[in-house]
Amino acid sequence: MIQGRPSTARAGRRGAESTLLRTLWKSPSARRRDAHRPGTSILEVSGLTVRYDGRLALDDVSFQLKAGELVAVVGPNAGGKSTLFKVIAGVLQPSQGQIHVYGHEPGGHICIAYVPQRSQVDWTFPANVADVVMMGRIGRMGLLGWPQSRDWEMVRGSIEVVGLAELARRPIDQLSGGQQQRMFIARALAQEAELMLMDEPLTGLDVTSQQDILAILGQLRERGVTVMVAMHDLKLAAERFDRVMLLKRRLLAMGSSEQVFTPDRLVEAYGGHLRLVQAGEEMLAVSDTCCEEGAEPGERLA
Amino acid sequence: MSAWLDWLAGPLRYPFMVRGLLAAVMAGAVCALVGTYVVLRGMAFLGDALAHAILPGVAVGYLVAGGARGSLFWWGLATAVLTSLGIGAISRVAKVKEDTAIGIIFAGMFALGIALLSTVRDYSVDLAHLLFGDVLGVSTADLRLTALFGGAVVLLIIAFYKEFMVLSFDPVLAATLRIPARLFEYLLLVLIAVAVVVSMQTVGVALMVAMLVTPAATAYLVTRRLPVMMVLAAAMAAFSGLVGLYLSYYAGVASGAAIVLTCTALFGLVWGARSLARRIRPQESSLG
Repeated sequence: MIQGRPSTARAGRRGAESTLLRTLWKSPSARRRDAHRPGTSILEVSGLTVRYDGRLALDDVSFQLKAGELVAVVGPNAGGKSTLFKVIAGVLQPSQGQIHVYGHEPGGHICIAYVPQRSQVDWTFPANVADVVMMGRIGRMGLLGWPQSRDWEMVRGSIEVVGLAELARRPIDQLSGGQQQRMFIARALAQEAELMLMDEPLTGLDVTSQQDILAILGQLRERGVTVMVAMHDLKLAAERFDRVMLLKRRLLAMGSSEQVFTPDRLVEAYGGHLRLVQAGEEMLAVSDTCCEEGAEPGERLA
Repeated sequence: MSAWLDWLAGPLRYPFMVRGLLAAVMAGAVCALVGTYVVLRGMAFLGDALAHAILPGVAVGYLVAGGARGSLFWWGLATAVLTSLGIGAISRVAKVKEDTAIGIIFAGMFALGIALLSTVRDYSVDLAHLLFGDVLGVSTADLRLTALFGGAVVLLIIAFYKEFMVLSFDPVLAATLRIPARLFEYLLLVLIAVAVVVSMQTVGVALMVAMLVTPAATAYLVTRRLPVMMVLAAAMAAFSGLVGLYLSYYAGVASGAAIVLTCTALFGLVWGARSLARRIRPQESSLG
């Protein structure tokens, strides 16, 4: 049975959060500022190109992020969103171009957390919420290291921040989609990540769970954590994020939603799969699964 | 009470039974511990293939030693480790799916082993020992090797618990944490290979996959925590080793088969009890 979150959880979460966040982000050792090269930005990507088996996944992508930014990465399926995140996280190697995190190659920094799509892990694995969140601490334990009291404190605090304190001992196969996503965010918090790369965290969630996740992302931004979120909902991207990145193998545009979501760019990104509708003074983008009869993909429909 | 003690002590009068019991308990626990990852990562076919693929190495050892069994452990160990590394390398390099590559190596190596053994006149008797085990033929030296290598496997599984856990649950996280994934993948294959060789004399290569898979699968029915699953699997396998050997002694059935049948019966019991509990629980809640 899936247990719902109690109504008092939100208030309790705020109290616990302040304690945790002091530990998480204010501690000099936790922030590892000594590892940051002065005058560098948290993320700088230049001329990034990635090829899989000869197929171009990313083509000459360049951008820069400031600390504490909340950036939505949108674009069609197979547009390179997941590839971009995996290259930044150091999981994939770029074919060309450079990535620097506070002036370092991605491999030299452990402040990056990649939050995978829920479908990418085996939810029947025998682990509970606390076990999975503790995985975020492994990078700091080192080889042959075992969890110390500070690691348990971080795990407890991170779980409280995302409102899962009462479910800490619950097996992961008994969590709802929203709870699974919050658990992954807690794992990234326990990792003391300064840059979180979240791969479609809102996909398949109900509206309440989406709002919970977005509220947590807002809290992260307030504390200086930089978050990049791959997503499909253009309306949420426009409303809840500082900047939007429109990606279709190439970086089509990056900036405020007004700058990025222009009819021409949206049609260029989504082709015949996006219908633009004039609604009063606003232009609405309506995603569909097929083209209108006789319309060529990429043709502007409205 | 006294009759019970006599019944329990009966087999222990014979030193070969005591050695057999110790070997069955140790090998069972080691196999089950490694088997936890075999089950969770869907590597049962690989485990079976590894068990069968050591046959040619053992056969060569048998022929070189002129039928003596003293060096078979080392020949088996070398073949198992080489095969495990070979399967790992081929699955990465070859343009065939991993299970296809395993199938090719497994069948080819097993056939080579049978071909080599068939050159010996009385090969059928010795082949039966290798295929189905001969736990009652365990010597003190065999027992020492089992303890040494089994202990090493247990220590490494405990030492790298968190690395194996992350690699099994979320390989992408492992990559972002800079865990050397390929090194640990190979290490796990080698540990499975060593566990297989350690258990070779207990249940034989034909039934080996049961020792790797069944206790871990039974434990998985009971718990949703990895450490608990490991301990339970090892305990169940050790218990099955004990019960199986008593069954073999009193019912006069082959020891390896008796151990594996006990494992299977335990799985059936736990699965039945779990299904029953699931049926009863909703009724209780509806009454409440």
